[in-house]
Amino acid sequence: MDGSTGLAGDQLMTSAMPGGRVELRAQGAWTVERAADLEQSVGRALGASKAVRSVDIDMGAVARLDTYGAWLLERLVRDIAAIGGEARITGLAPRFHTLVGAIGRTNLAPPARIRHNPLVAALAVVGRATLEALLDLARFAQMTGALAVAFARIVARPWTFRLTSMVHHLDRVGWRALPIIVLITFLLGAIIAQQGIFHFRQFNAEFFVVDMLGVLVLREIGVLMVCVMVAGRSGSAYTAELGAMKMREEIDALRTMGLDPIAILVAPRIAALSLAVPILTFVGSIAALVGGGVVFWLYGGMAPEIFLSRLRDAITLDHFAIGLFKAPFMALVIGIVASVEGLAVAGSAESLGRRTTASVVKAIFLVILLDGLFAMFFAAIGK
Amino acid sequence: MSEGAGEAIIHVRDLTVGFGAVDVIDGLSLDVRRGEVLGLVGGSGAGKSVLMRTIIGLLRQRRGKIEVFGCDVGGMRAGERRAIERRWGVLFQHGALFSALSVRQNVQFPMREYLNLSRRLRDEIAIAKLEMVGLDADVCEKFPAQLSGGMIKRVALARALALDPEIVFLDEPTSGLDPIGAADFDELIRTLSRTLGLTVYMVTHDLDSLHAVCDRIAVLAAGQVIEDGPISTMLASDHPWIRSYFHGRRSRAANNGRI
Ligand SMILES: Nc1ncnc2c1ncn2[C@@H]1O[C@H](COP(=O)(O)OP(=O)(O)O)[C@@H](O)[C@H]1O
Ligand SMILES: [Mg+2]
Repeated sequence: MDGSTGLAGDQLMTSAMPGGRVELRAQGAWTVERAADLEQSVGRALGASKAVRSVDIDMGAVARLDTYGAWLLERLVRDIAAIGGEARITGLAPRFHTLVGAIGRTNLAPPARIRHNPLVAALAVVGRATLEALLDLARFAQMTGALAVAFARIVARPWTFRLTSMVHHLDRVGWRALPIIVLITFLLGAIIAQQGIFHFRQFNAEFFVVDMLGVLVLREIGVLMVCVMVAGRSGSAYTAELGAMKMREEIDALRTMGLDPIAILVAPRIAALSLAVPILTFVGSIAALVGGGVVFWLYGGMAPEIFLSRLRDAITLDHFAIGLFKAPFMALVIGIVASVEGLAVAGSAESLGRRTTASVVKAIFLVILLDGLFAMFFAAIGK
Repeated sequence: MSEGAGEAIIHVRDLTVGFGAVDVIDGLSLDVRRGEVLGLVGGSGAGKSVLMRTIIGLLRQRRGKIEVFGCDVGGMRAGERRAIERRWGVLFQHGALFSALSVRQNVQFPMREYLNLSRRLRDEIAIAKLEMVGLDADVCEKFPAQLSGGMIKRVALARALALDPEIVFLDEPTSGLDPIGAADFDELIRTLSRTLGLTVYMVTHDLDSLHAVCDRIAVLAAGQVIEDGPISTMLASDHPWIRSYFHGRRSRAANNGRI
């Protein structure tokens, strides 16, 4: 197609001339498709031009030229000049003059890549992570404060509360989460009961499994499981929504209108979550007990009436109250973490993904931590 | 450059594109000739972006034929598509830079995908392209979120030009730029099309661009090209929309001294 086939890399042929001169004859297509080969040819030509005063580059036989070819030509000229030679371009077709001229103006100051000392870099990573953790704490505290202010304003002027928005979010994080929460807690109750019966049967202690199931589900597992689900399902959604709004400057737009994004976007979401999580915990705990009861009935051979009366003896209202008491606090933690992460999203899509992941991981971690603190607290007050 | 000038590099016949019950493009025919700068104008929502996205294969047509470089864009296999796609570059309306990559990585992205170049050459070409679109080498390590609107457009243009395409598609390249920035950008497109022998397909709202850059203008309305020709044809046209567009109050200043 352009007659440049033949010897590999013959797009630039070198011939030494008398009197310390080198002549390079270029031919064929000097274009992007051949750029890799061409770069090698140019490198070889430069090698042949070492210790030579004057180099003529004859471009007369070049059929096509684009920025890649023009740049390689320009690079050759510059490299020859850098080793003390002088290069002349001859025979360049007039139609290529503008392009070669434009490329010739390229001012290559390749940005200095900063080299880091590996030890310093490693320390910097640790330092940055520590700082980030501290900043996380600060942001959490700041968001809690901003929320408190927002809610205080709402108490002072209740009509400013975005009720419609809250109901909408309540529908999303509460009502629509019900089926999956019921299913999962039901299965969880069933599994606890089955394992308990299987292992305690050898001691004839199946009755105590009812106690274990009741206490465990109402106090700990019910609320924890619900919170883990909510963090993964709704916390991540909050972060992604707020993050996308941040990226598209919607949050900034609210601010410039003199409106508080915390009051408008975050408060209704967190209010919805704080209502939804206790309700979900209640329903989830019941579902887990029902799951356990079904297993007792079908697998353990215990009639439902007996299971129920045993359950009534085993649990007190306290167990139930403690589980429910923890729920709104955990909802608050999930909501605050989700909002902090969402509002911390910076320009890129990657940052949105990272923040969403961080939101779920941190929320689950904090929920479990909080549960531990509650356990210590209730042990201390003897409940 | 001069080779095959005048030949239709994009050839559209009886094209119909629609969503649901509406045909946004309805029986449209259009030719773009090699080496020319074609400006496509039309009201907001007339389907300019839809037409462009259909030509580059992002949307599917309901009826009609689209040929680019003489190949039917609709009926191509994946391998052929790739071969065609590296011969055109696209500047999207909002730049569409990859937000997770630096400017240098954005410009080098098509090179990495299609070419097997040394790192040195990739870096040098990226800088050369950035300088061609009027940016300094020190934007290289910045990320899109750190750039201004005009810089984003320029980097996106550098990326569109990364593989030395034969055609560039520009969707409202000067929208969102200040008048001076827009004029610079027009100048840039003109220079690049001359220097690189580019064919330019430009969707625009900008009367100044039409005057300064375009060899030919096509007007899109009611899903069809209702008029097509140089600016003098537009100024002479009787069609009410074209009259109000080219003779309206906003257009006076742009027309001034050029007729
Ligand atoms: N993905 C889509 N789904 C439905 N309608 C669309 C879609 N994309 C564009 N449209 C409609 O097609 C019409 C033309 O849009 P567009 O080409 O973006 O206009 P413009 O000429 O301003 O670029 C508009 O009425 C728009 O609502
Ligand atoms: Mg558009």
